Amino acid sequence: MSENQANGGPLVRLDGVEKVFHRGTEEIRVLSELHLEVAEGEFLALMGPSGSGKSTLLNLIGGLDHPTKGTVTIAGERIDRMSDRALSGWRARHIGFVFQLYNLMPTLSAERNVELPLLLTHLGKAERRQHVATALAMVGLAHRAKYFPRTLSGGEQQRVGIARGIVTDPTLLLCDEPTGDLDRKAGDEVLNLLQALNREQGKTIIMVTHDPHASARASRTVHLDKGQLGDEPAK
Amino acid sequence: MKFAHLIWGNLKRKKLRTALTLLTILVAFVLFGLLCAIKQGLIGGVELAGADRLIVRHKVSIIQLLPVSYKARMEKIPGVAGVAHQTWFGGVYQDPKNFFMQCPVVPEEFMAIFPEFLLPPAQMKAWLHTRTGAIVGRKTAERLKFKVGDKVPILSPIWGRRTWEFDIVGIFDGQKKGTDTTAMFFRYDYFDEVRNSLNWGKGLVGWYTIRVKNPAEASEVAKRVDGEFENSPAETKTEPEGAFIQGWANQIGNITLIVAAILAAVFFTILLVTGSTMSQAVRERIGELGVLKAIGFTNGQLLALVLAESCLLTVVGGGLGLAAAWLFASHGDPTGGLLPLFHLPTVDLLIGAGISIALGVITGVLPAVQAMRLRVADALRRM
Ligand SMILES: Nc1ncnc2c1ncn2[C@@H]1O[C@H](COP(=O)(O)OP(=O)(O)OP(=O)(O)O)[C@@H](O)[C@H]1O
Ligand SMILES: [Mg+2]
Repeated sequence: MSENQANGGPLVRLDGVEKVFHRGTEEIRVLSELHLEVAEGEFLALMGPSGSGKSTLLNLIGGLDHPTKGTVTIAGERIDRMSDRALSGWRARHIGFVFQLYNLMPTLSAERNVELPLLLTHLGKAERRQHVATALAMVGLAHRAKYFPRTLSGGEQQRVGIARGIVTDPTLLLCDEPTGDLDRKAGDEVLNLLQALNREQGKTIIMVTHDPHASARASRTVHLDKGQLGDEPAK
Repeated sequence: MKFAHLIWGNLKRKKLRTALTLLTILVAFVLFGLLCAIKQGLIGGVELAGADRLIVRHKVSIIQLLPVSYKARMEKIPGVAGVAHQTWFGGVYQDPKNFFMQCPVVPEEFMAIFPEFLLPPAQMKAWLHTRTGAIVGRKTAERLKFKVGDKVPILSPIWGRRTWEFDIVGIFDGQKKGTDTTAMFFRYDYFDEVRNSLNWGKGLVGWYTIRVKNPAEASEVAKRVDGEFENSPAETKTEPEGAFIQGWANQIGNITLIVAAILAAVFFTILLVTGSTMSQAVRERIGELGVLKAIGFTNGQLLALVLAESCLLTVVGGGLGLAAAWLFASHGDPTGGLLPLFHLPTVDLLIGAGISIALGVITGVLPAVQAMRLRVADALRRM
């Protein structure tokens, strides 16, 4: 990342990316000849109609899937040809995910959920606890540490999800419709939080959303349609 | 071990299901333990059998008797170091439930051939002096509260349908842990005198035990013995003591095979039960596994998590089951004498432990691989 900063390149760079799914004999070309650059410290909103490939694109950036063609470079590292195994480790080091449906482990308390990514690091128990406490405090849920997901409201669960996403201090925070399942008030709280993380902590965030209200909080918005990105929504 | 709470949490998720699966496994392993103990009770003597001992019985069947005169002829056969005979007395002490074996023997000959029965010299002396004297094994003495000096009445349905009185002159111990100390031995001269007066079974004994000079020659000696009595009215069948005990137990059937068949059926059922529990457990949390993978858990780590879960189930269930079986077996023969060697051997405990781990791996491996193969993007879609 520092090397990247030194030569001033973008934190995220996709070049000529193509993604084709196969369903039986049918080919589904979701992304084609796609270019995207995201600078460090940006808060990018990714919009587009349902089925346009937003999640697919986010998965490519997060190293959850391989592009059919093209290159994906994150913080100076080519991840498009990394093995699955290497990608696991890479994700653990660089990416924080926040999903639409919170995706917390129902069997674990809030703090145990937030701790999960830290289990993959070499941190000791005391350090892990400290990181968890910091992350939970950042999302304003220190007082809910011992609660189990089912006893938390949707907004609180999503904030626990965000705490889990940022607890390892990742290079990049990827959010797939983080407010998609929340009412306006809870959604606003989550957006405030993301915005604060971006402005105060300098976190680079890419957020998929359907909601213009949400994208308004971002520093830049791009629209995905017919496999291509544009600055304006397609007509 | 920092992942322990993850595994534990998964097991706690469906408490009833986990409990029922555990119970099924536990019951299966109790069954395993008890069957092993029964098998041990039936054929355990085979392992303890003297390598230098041959049993000579009537060729037709063990219940046919042999002439006592054979003894002198056997002693002359090359390779024979000693001969002793025993006869099934089949008496009942107070109640048929108090079953234990009684045999008339010639004390010095008998004790010379069975050194695993330890009798204090003073008691041996007393036995030689007391015509109606009998020695009884520690286990039976303790069970039926026999003491040296007691007069014990034993009803024999075979020998005269009358009550015989014996004086307990000694209590013997076993030299090895598994030595059977449930039998009672009394003097053949006393036995012979009484039965002669009854005119029943005169001059006949049940079977002979031969000690050979060189165990390596045992089968040669056995052939010589059977050759000696060929074409006589009572032909013999001579075999190593271990084979004899095996044959004795095999009257009930091929014990090992029966036990193996029952256990195979039991463990196959367990395999299905645990296997379906595990695949259900994995299927219902595909999404969560996807999240773990997104976070950076490797395929290997997910595999290990699922396997640890299934192994924990089978090892805890199996361990509790084996412990219960062991506890039960440690109280000794539950049949009151029919299975004197009833106990759960350490070997079988270890085999049981091995099976429980194997069950965990086998039942966990398919769901685990399923979890491992999961494509994160697909899994998240399924949340
Ligand atoms: N593994 C897959 N196999 C086949 N087709 C897939 C696969 N993943 C995605 N697709 C298809 O790719 C297209 C884009 O899917 P994607 O989930 O990226 O859309 P999206 O923009 O995130 O939609 P939404 O707004 O509904 O979440 C869809 O038509 C989808 O059916
Ligand atoms: Mg989507």
